[in-house]
Amino acid sequence: MTPTRKKRLYLIAAMVAGVAVATGLALKAFNENLMFFFSPSEVATGEAPEGERFRLGGMVVDGSVQRDPDSLAVTFGLTDYDEAVTVSYTGILPDLFREGQGIVAHGKLNGDGVFVADEVLAKHDENYMPPEVADMMEQRKAKGAQ
Amino acid sequence: MFRALVNFYHRLGSPPHFYRISGRLAPWFIGLALVLMAGGLYWGLVLAPTDYEQGDAYRIIYIHVPAAWLSMFVYMCMAVAGGLALVWRMKMAEVMAVTAAPIGAGFTLLALATGSIWGKPMWGTWWVWDARLTSELVLLFLYLGVIALDNAIEDRRLAGRAVGILALVGVVNIPIIHYSVEWWNTLHQGPTVTKFDAPSIHWSMLVPLLVMAVAFMLYFGGTWLLRARNEVLRREGNRRWAMELPEAS
Repeated sequence: MTPTRKKRLYLIAAMVAGVAVATGLALKAFNENLMFFFSPSEVATGEAPEGERFRLGGMVVDGSVQRDPDSLAVTFGLTDYDEAVTVSYTGILPDLFREGQGIVAHGKLNGDGVFVADEVLAKHDENYMPPEVADMMEQRKAKGAQ
Repeated sequence: MFRALVNFYHRLGSPPHFYRISGRLAPWFIGLALVLMAGGLYWGLVLAPTDYEQGDAYRIIYIHVPAAWLSMFVYMCMAVAGGLALVWRMKMAEVMAVTAAPIGAGFTLLALATGSIWGKPMWGTWWVWDARLTSELVLLFLYLGVIALDNAIEDRRLAGRAVGILALVGVVNIPIIHYSVEWWNTLHQGPTVTKFDAPSIHWSMLVPLLVMAVAFMLYFGGTWLLRARNEVLRREGNRRWAMELPEAS
């Protein structure tokens, strides 16, 4: 490699490294704003903003979904397996909403510690399998539990 | 063997040789891509089983995932070509960097659009500003920036180098896109196939996905060569070798 080319190569490497460091620092500074949602544990420790709207993400607690028979109102527990928060919501839930499924709710904590949501999004996990395989895994898990 | 490869690479750096070799290779790339795409689509959309949770709606991954992979792969190709153009001032590297951008922009748009169509029924929203979706949108803007920069500069050699710099600066976005779902809480799910332990997708769904990925890759290779041929003619059209081409008369 000729000296000019070597110089250019170093210059470009320095440029790319500089941009990477600058971006890294910027992302670190804005880390909190880049989080799409807070977990129930963060609500419990007071890391989530109080009195302001924020997103809360977690798993719908098994057996916690209670629907009002006369309206679209629904309440359910949301957990990250450490802490749980009760969420109330009025409206149509997405297709993937079910117990044990991850969801993200957007709303505000009220005085009683209930999270009043005006938007509920389902968070799909990264697993894909045919229904028969899912059934088989379910059975195997049930057998293991006995 | 290594010498032959180096020799081949150096010959590709010369526009007339590139024009000749790419003309022979491109139809193979496109043809094989179409065959694999037809097979992969039939396999993925008809033969593959339904998902236990999403039913048939998951089948959009056979377009969405290869498009998203390619949007990043094309960018890396463009950035490497841009680096070669900047350091070695190779004409062909400039051509390759400039011509990759519109193809990459197309894949990015396809990934964003299919993701949005899937997001409405599954998540309950067309769009959220989470880290994965936002960084992929930034990728689209980077591609559009490269295209605009290339069109704004009259001098082709200068345009090639300017594009190289912008492409290299934007490389920082690629790891951000890939790791966004791990570094931050996002609505987008984590990696399924490209994680260290076994992929969390059943093999009967994974194989057609990989077939589609190879098909998209070949399609990119073929169209990249064809676009580069056009760019070579645009730059060298009044050179003697181009005038003497049989298709010129």
